[in-house]
Amino acid sequence: MIANRGEIATRVILTCKSLGIETVLAASEADLDSLPARLADRAICIGPARPSESYLKVDTIVQAALGVQADAIHPGYGFLSERSALARVCEQEGVIFIGPTAAQIEAVGDKLRARAEAEAAGVPTAPGGAVENVNEAMVLGREIGPPLLIKAVGGGGGRGMKRVDRLEDLPAAMGMAAAEAGAAFGDTRVYLERFVAHGRHVEVQILGDGKGRVVHLGERDCSVQRRYQKLIEETPAPGLSADFRARIHAAAVEFAGRLSYRGAGTVEFLVDLERDTFHFLEMNARIQVEHPITEAVTGLDLVAEQIAIADGRGLRFKQEDIRREGCAIECRINAEDPTHDFRPSPGTVRTAVWPSGEGVRVDTHIFSGARIPPFYDSLMAKIIVHAADRPAAIERMRRALAATHVEGVATNLAFHAGVLTDPEFERGGVDTSYAPRFLERHLQLQEAKAHG
Amino acid sequence: MTLTAKDVAEIMRLLEQSGFDSLSLEIDGVKLNLQRGSAAPARQVAAPAEGPQPAVESQMVQSASRKAKPPSEPGLAEVASPLLGIFYRAPKPGEPPFVEVGSKVSEETVIGIVEVMKLMNSVHAGVKGEVVEILAANAALVEYGEVLLRVRPEA
Repeated sequence: MIANRGEIATRVILTCKSLGIETVLAASEADLDSLPARLADRAICIGPARPSESYLKVDTIVQAALGVQADAIHPGYGFLSERSALARVCEQEGVIFIGPTAAQIEAVGDKLRARAEAEAAGVPTAPGGAVENVNEAMVLGREIGPPLLIKAVGGGGGRGMKRVDRLEDLPAAMGMAAAEAGAAFGDTRVYLERFVAHGRHVEVQILGDGKGRVVHLGERDCSVQRRYQKLIEETPAPGLSADFRARIHAAAVEFAGRLSYRGAGTVEFLVDLERDTFHFLEMNARIQVEHPITEAVTGLDLVAEQIAIADGRGLRFKQEDIRREGCAIECRINAEDPTHDFRPSPGTVRTAVWPSGEGVRVDTHIFSGARIPPFYDSLMAKIIVHAADRPAAIERMRRALAATHVEGVATNLAFHAGVLTDPEFERGGVDTSYAPRFLERHLQLQEAKAHG
Repeated sequence: MTLTAKDVAEIMRLLEQSGFDSLSLEIDGVKLNLQRGSAAPARQVAAPAEGPQPAVESQMVQSASRKAKPPSEPGLAEVASPLLGIFYRAPKPGEPPFVEVGSKVSEETVIGIVEVMKLMNSVHAGVKGEVVEILAANAALVEYGEVLLRVRPEA
């Protein structure tokens, strides 16, 4: 049973079909006519459109799995994928949860605990630590020195984060961060870390058998982000030395190994270009949106491996068996309006034409006539290209984007096309400040055009 | 002027192609409210009783009710499951069911229980009338919105 929606539900169903596994989609009322609902052997309605009344209801999901006699639940990403409650109820009810154990989800979900685990595993962490009150924060803040980043212990994905450039702003920012974290995660605890101005977001895909054996499938560079939302990912990460790459891979394997991690997971790092170092950010205990670029260069099906591990078959290869060939890039095509600060643009997709051809893969749930309900994320499709090297992959992505045609909703296609022809991106190795800077230039250019 | 079924279909087509999410129209006492997407529970067209019904039905008709067998007579009210779970027709195993075909119900009458992970939820008829059909089987999984039974409403 797939307890998710959209492109990831579609993607999981397709692998299940290729493995001869029967699928049931647990869908909200708004998704009963969606592509995954049509592809699954059966779709059952778990509740109204609002996620809190459907996709986020642990008891309903498990009851549905029991009711249809599903052997296992694939949680996809988002929704309940990293809520230990679902994994735990599955463990109690004898339904296989395709993912890590509830205890592992908790260990990495608490960011301070994850930090402590990283330190114990000898994995570098940014200077910083827990702060219980403003006094402690001021002492630690002075020690690390600004700029600082306040992060939520229960958080992730950028929510509850505050950048502080001057120490005198720390008390106020800390109050705001705590309030935001409390509202978003039900946990007001925060911690401090040094803010890295020129950082690159590099993450390592790992697979663990749950018995202590962990392999890595290489890294992904996800530095093209806006407000902590990834937009373009690529592998391998451009411009890293072989030694640096080996160290970051080893750190991820070490971290996951200490937890005897089970299933697919991603260890995220911030690469500090100025200091030529990296430090641990967090671990994502689920399949990632950007996993297809790793599949492209390794030739592996990560969902199939997740299922094999959940089925008790462990890791089906050794580290030395994993080969990574060429370069892969992914662009996330979102239904959002660039002229209105990228706000979501739900509606009916009149026309959707996706690219195809050699080295091009599109993971999507959107077809001509599909609806994008306003209740969920705006991800329409992921365009993934694979080629022998980075210039060839960039060229292939340009062609793929040019062949893409969407009508009826606003999209960020023009942003992607712009980045893929931008000399700075072409050089490779941009940091996380790149996308906002690019957008500013891009908008100015468009305005100049409009007035010229 | 009055709206014909063709007019309504045409208006719906225009809305579908437009960038708008909803449309309200009033012509000679005929009110037409259209809403795009799944935000609205259903598309409602208020027309004179004998007036034409729109030919276009929303594609967002529930799959569960789509699967339900057609009603034995027109004008029956459907009692749908308010949540996904296991449906029980009786308070306890071995006890008589809450309602049978022919039972008189009112809005508050409990017609069954839906269990979600040991949590029992009473389902109320929500309508006054007589039970005509019982569709959901005892101890079976019912989906959100699945039709459990049909009632002939009392005028």
